[in-house]
Amino acid sequence: MISLAGRDILHGWGKFVFTGIGLGLLIGVTLSMAGIYRGMVDDAEVLLDNSGADLWAVQKDTLGPYAEPSNLADDLYRSLQTLPGVARAANVTYLTMQVRPLADAASVGDAAARERRAMVVGVVPGGFGEPGQPESLVAGRHLTRGHYEAVADISTGFRLGEQLRIRRHAYRVVGLTRRTVSSGGDPMIFIPLKDAQEAQFLKDNDAIVAQRRRSAANPAFNRPGQPQVLDAVLASQTQSNSVNAILVRLTPNADPNRVAADIRRWKHLSVYTRAEMNEILQAKLIATSARQIFMFLVILSVVSAAIVAFIIYTLTLGKIREIAVLKLIGTRNRTIAGMILQQAIGLGLIGFVVGKTVATLWAPVFPKYVLLLPGDAARGFLIVVIICVLASLVAIRAALRVDPAEAIGG
Amino acid sequence: MAEPTTGPLGAHPAQGIRIEGLRKRYGRGDTAVDALRGVDMAVAPGEVVGLVGPSGSGKSTLLKCLGAVIEPSGGRMTLGEASIYDEGWRIPDLRALRRDKIGFVFQAPYLIPFLDVTDNVALLPMLAGRPNGESRERARELLAALDVEHRARAMPSQLSGGEQQRVAIARALVNRPPVILADEPTAPLDSERALAVMRILNRMARQYQTAVIVVTHDEKIIPTFERIYHIRDGRTHEEAGEGRGLE
Ligand SMILES: Nc1ncnc2c1ncn2[C@@H]1O[C@H](COP(=O)(O)OP(=O)(O)OP(=O)(O)O)[C@@H](O)[C@H]1O
Ligand SMILES: [Mg+2]
Repeated sequence: MISLAGRDILHGWGKFVFTGIGLGLLIGVTLSMAGIYRGMVDDAEVLLDNSGADLWAVQKDTLGPYAEPSNLADDLYRSLQTLPGVARAANVTYLTMQVRPLADAASVGDAAARERRAMVVGVVPGGFGEPGQPESLVAGRHLTRGHYEAVADISTGFRLGEQLRIRRHAYRVVGLTRRTVSSGGDPMIFIPLKDAQEAQFLKDNDAIVAQRRRSAANPAFNRPGQPQVLDAVLASQTQSNSVNAILVRLTPNADPNRVAADIRRWKHLSVYTRAEMNEILQAKLIATSARQIFMFLVILSVVSAAIVAFIIYTLTLGKIREIAVLKLIGTRNRTIAGMILQQAIGLGLIGFVVGKTVATLWAPVFPKYVLLLPGDAARGFLIVVIICVLASLVAIRAALRVDPAEAIGG
Repeated sequence: MAEPTTGPLGAHPAQGIRIEGLRKRYGRGDTAVDALRGVDMAVAPGEVVGLVGPSGSGKSTLLKCLGAVIEPSGGRMTLGEASIYDEGWRIPDLRALRRDKIGFVFQAPYLIPFLDVTDNVALLPMLAGRPNGESRERARELLAALDVEHRARAMPSQLSGGEQQRVAIARALVNRPPVILADEPTAPLDSERALAVMRILNRMARQYQTAVIVVTHDEKIIPTFERIYHIRDGRTHEEAGEGRGLE
């Protein structure tokens, strides 16, 4: 047999290819949207992986530290470490802020341009294996000293040895890591916990002065004959004892749910296992974006279907005469329907190949991580084929209605 | 006026086209139109007859009935050896009947624009399930017989009107149908080309023993018929033609 559809496509390939490319760009956008969603899910997984924790202990009745603010006393971790099943417990703080390289007079503009929004993570210095530390480095070393060092995600654009300004202090970049992002997609910068606590809870100078004045004016603090009371109060106001969460690493055979229950009971904290944390990130943080993306996917699918339907219908209407002749000379309805269907699927194929190609090409240019899964591509392909089949039905109906007597005419 | 002839059917009782008392009524009730009111016609294998008549006389209706795209209201039709209509269709698969037993030639060639000349002709045997190679071989034979062999790889849009019409005739002949129905096949052609087409139809009819009906208004070709059916008010009258101009 001869492929009527194939011959028709070859004959009018320009129209076909251009339509296919247009459709392909739409499909590319669709695949990228799906990729952005996958990227967010993967970012969340990586965030949890990188924290190196089996349990997250956070302020009671909060969904912290990623989904809600959470504050804990920074000495609680010690008592957690004594619980059976707990191998290691470490404080951690998270603070999203603008970070820029330290500039000398010559490079002020440059430093401003390289300012990045980043999630500053305060971790206990110690290196690989310590909860909260990045899992692997692409350059340099882990945090070892207690102060003024930083390990930055490579996507921040900061360089090894460079100085960063975070709040009041300068930090030297001693290591670079990769794929460490917050649930909002911001790259991470790791600094020692003490510095991070200070950065997080430190007020600016004017605020401190104002607070000092208020405290000094309060007779309860500023007692005649007992000046040390005011000093102690002021000291406690300028120093922070809070962290956002305690990352708990379990011993190899410990049951996460049992240890979590123990911590809840004895320490009056909220505790989440890895699975629960994942659920919080997916359901609370990503859910809205996911619905947004899903809406786009639906709209794009409808638009693609409309385009395919319109094009195939137009192409078919342009061939009504030929279809009448084909029917008159004895072509089966099945053959004619098959011809239209194959053209629609052919258009879908061109569109899919173009779409997959452009989605792959432009994925790295996206500011957020775009994860193109082969499974999504396969599903996308299936949907494209289904859309093309459905879209061709209108044209097939029109073709099957053509009366072979029309070929003979009046 | 020429005397009605007995027609050559006596010599080939079971061949060609035979139509008896064919009736066709469009619509029903007050608006019904009796387009055919008892048409009798017979065309022998190898014979080309003309069908002429004023506008609205029922020519196209007759071709559509013979071409099995509309159903007559009564009467009998025989194509080749088979009775196809006898107060009802006698053939279950009209599509296959059209494909295998009838060749169509139209006023415009209506070639398939996305197939080259060879495949336009080879399409019918291919649709009937013959191998591509054999189908194309047959197509080339016919194109050679019709002097368009040299255009075998061209697309229809690259042919002249006369060439296109010859390709259309090749397509009508390719399944060796016992019958060819031609509706104003020479209308768009000048008299030179119109006569050439009639020569070809006559030659092919003889060579393949095909019965050919040519519906026409075309004064240029009317003298070429040996027999002509006049149709008026849904009835036919047979007449001898001049049978000249094809030498
Ligand atoms: N589908 C139809 N429904 C109703 N009446 C029809 C239909 N087709 C044809 N007729 C009528 O049947 C009669 C014969 O029409 P037909 O088309 O066979 O004429 P014709 O001889 O081919 O005319 P022309 O030379 O103008 O093509 C006309 O009166 C026409 O109006
Ligand atoms: Mg007519």
